[in-house]
Amino acid sequence: MSPVIQATGLTKRYGRAVAVGGVDFEIEKGEIFGLLGPNGSGKTTTILLLLGLTEPTAGSVRVLGFDPLRQPLEVKRRVGYLPDTVGFYDTLTARENLAYTARLAGLRAAEAGPRIEESLRYVRLTDVADRRVGTFSHGMRQRLGLAEVLAKRAEIAILDEPTSGLDPQSTQELLELIVKLSGEGMTIVLSSHMLEMVETICHRVALFNRGRIGLAGTVCDLASQVLVGTHVVEVEAEGIDLAAALQSTPGVTKVARLGNGSWRVDADRDLRPEIARAVVTANGALRNMTIRQASLNEVYARFFTEANHVAA
Amino acid sequence: MSRREGSPFTGVASIALKEAADHLTSARMHLSMLLVLLTALGSVYAAIGQLKETVSEDPFLFLRLLTTAQEPLPSFVAFLAFLLPLVAIALGFDAINGEYNRRTMSRILSQPIYRDALLAGKYLGALLIIGICLVTLFLLVTGMGILLLGLPPSGEEILRAFAFLLIALVYAGVWLAAAILFSAVFRAPTTSALAALTLWLVLTVFWSIVTPIAARAFVPDDPLDPETTVRQLEAAKAIGRLSPNTLFGEMTLAILNPATRTLGLLFLRDLDLAVVGSPLPFGQSLVLVWPHFASMIAALLVVFTIAYVVFQRQEIRA
Repeated sequence: MSPVIQATGLTKRYGRAVAVGGVDFEIEKGEIFGLLGPNGSGKTTTILLLLGLTEPTAGSVRVLGFDPLRQPLEVKRRVGYLPDTVGFYDTLTARENLAYTARLAGLRAAEAGPRIEESLRYVRLTDVADRRVGTFSHGMRQRLGLAEVLAKRAEIAILDEPTSGLDPQSTQELLELIVKLSGEGMTIVLSSHMLEMVETICHRVALFNRGRIGLAGTVCDLASQVLVGTHVVEVEAEGIDLAAALQSTPGVTKVARLGNGSWRVDADRDLRPEIARAVVTANGALRNMTIRQASLNEVYARFFTEANHVAA
Repeated sequence: MSRREGSPFTGVASIALKEAADHLTSARMHLSMLLVLLTALGSVYAAIGQLKETVSEDPFLFLRLLTTAQEPLPSFVAFLAFLLPLVAIALGFDAINGEYNRRTMSRILSQPIYRDALLAGKYLGALLIIGICLVTLFLLVTGMGILLLGLPPSGEEILRAFAFLLIALVYAGVWLAAAILFSAVFRAPTTSALAALTLWLVLTVFWSIVTPIAARAFVPDDPLDPETTVRQLEAAKAIGRLSPNTLFGEMTLAILNPATRTLGLLFLRDLDLAVVGSPLPFGQSLVLVWPHFASMIAALLVVFTIAYVVFQRQEIRA
């Protein structure tokens, strides 16, 4: 399968400040791709480069085979964009706002009407379609933004911080919509710094740091790359020093004391039987032992601590 | 380097019509039009009162409606010269920065249109509204004249009136371009409005005060050379014409007052064989204002181009 978005050596400098410092990535059709990183790490600039809304200093992008710099209209006709904290014309109704962008997209009224109707229903805004957008909540605006992408019948949807500032319920609703759209074959690129969200819905992620992609791949891949031990075991035991007891156990990479009688053990495989044996052999009382997979949260935290150490 | 593909005018009409519709329903437009309407009708009403008292024969009585001033009111034309820039500024001062502040800019530009279309569409939409207002205003005035004076305009008077409307539209267009330029340069709408109003005050009110002083600086008085007086006057004229307000004033004078023979200095030797006070044919009046009209269109294009360049170089992200 050929990639729908292909960036090679993409660079954007503002004067001497580097916003994006040479990133390469490919996004496959139908995938949900997450751009992840702290504020100011170059996510939004990368998105603007994909849309041809800003010119790259160096490098090139291909979106669906088109060059956003030279054929911006072709790209923008096929790609829907939901900017972060999207704005609408407050004095117009939801339907009028969508009708306006449909006209800009070159759709005839007869063609646009049913599409707008359908996309409003999809994001469940049919009841308020004739209310002024000025009265809409933040979550409704984000959904309306998504409806615009739908009405355009975009092949790729680029969503910049789609859930920032939303309450948990609206976030959940929006995420469900995104997953549903992806299931229907739409390629989705989203940027975020909300890790749980990205973890639950993205197929692949790219970690941005200071304008570069530090890591890219599935959440699982990232975990094995960044976290030395992919398995974390939390142990509660009494009457022993676990760190000393596990000193000679192979596979243990780190033992950290969390509190009185509880430890965290990083291991490269599931070491629960070995840990249990070690505790019992040392005459300790094992109270509890849980294993959990490393979450993206930990990957993220570890990655940026290391990146900052390198930079410092 | 290959060229970008697709027409830069895709979507211009959609944007222009949407902008025009927005203006028609905006409170700001209603207020400024109310102001223009009241002052214009007041001045024309006063002019009618004045015209009824004069009994002398005048072939262009109808045009007098527009140019007669009755103390303390200035004439209809003088009012327009003063207020048209204000209407144009009211329509244009938040054209570009308003989109940024509503956070609609990136969403609109992610539609398959070029930035050119947004700027041109906004300009044409506002100009369309100004055009509609000018025609409405003119028809109202004509109607009032017919009703109260009981006299229809002649063919030449209508021609001259249309020429005047076209000139007024271009004049408003210069100010609209300036207002949109300020809206692209300044991010806060209040700042761009203030900047536009400052320019308006300088060019309409203070310019006539500045010109003689500036002319004296460029061409100093020489008591031994009487030619310097003439040169000084010519310099003052040239500096004065840097203001679109002066250009508009002189053009309306030549178009609406057919007896006007020149817009510069007139010497006695030029009047040889002339029948003083007799009107010029319409064509000759057009010839008289043509350089002014061309300069005004040039000013419009220069200001719009600067606005275009400023806007094209802007980063989209807020």
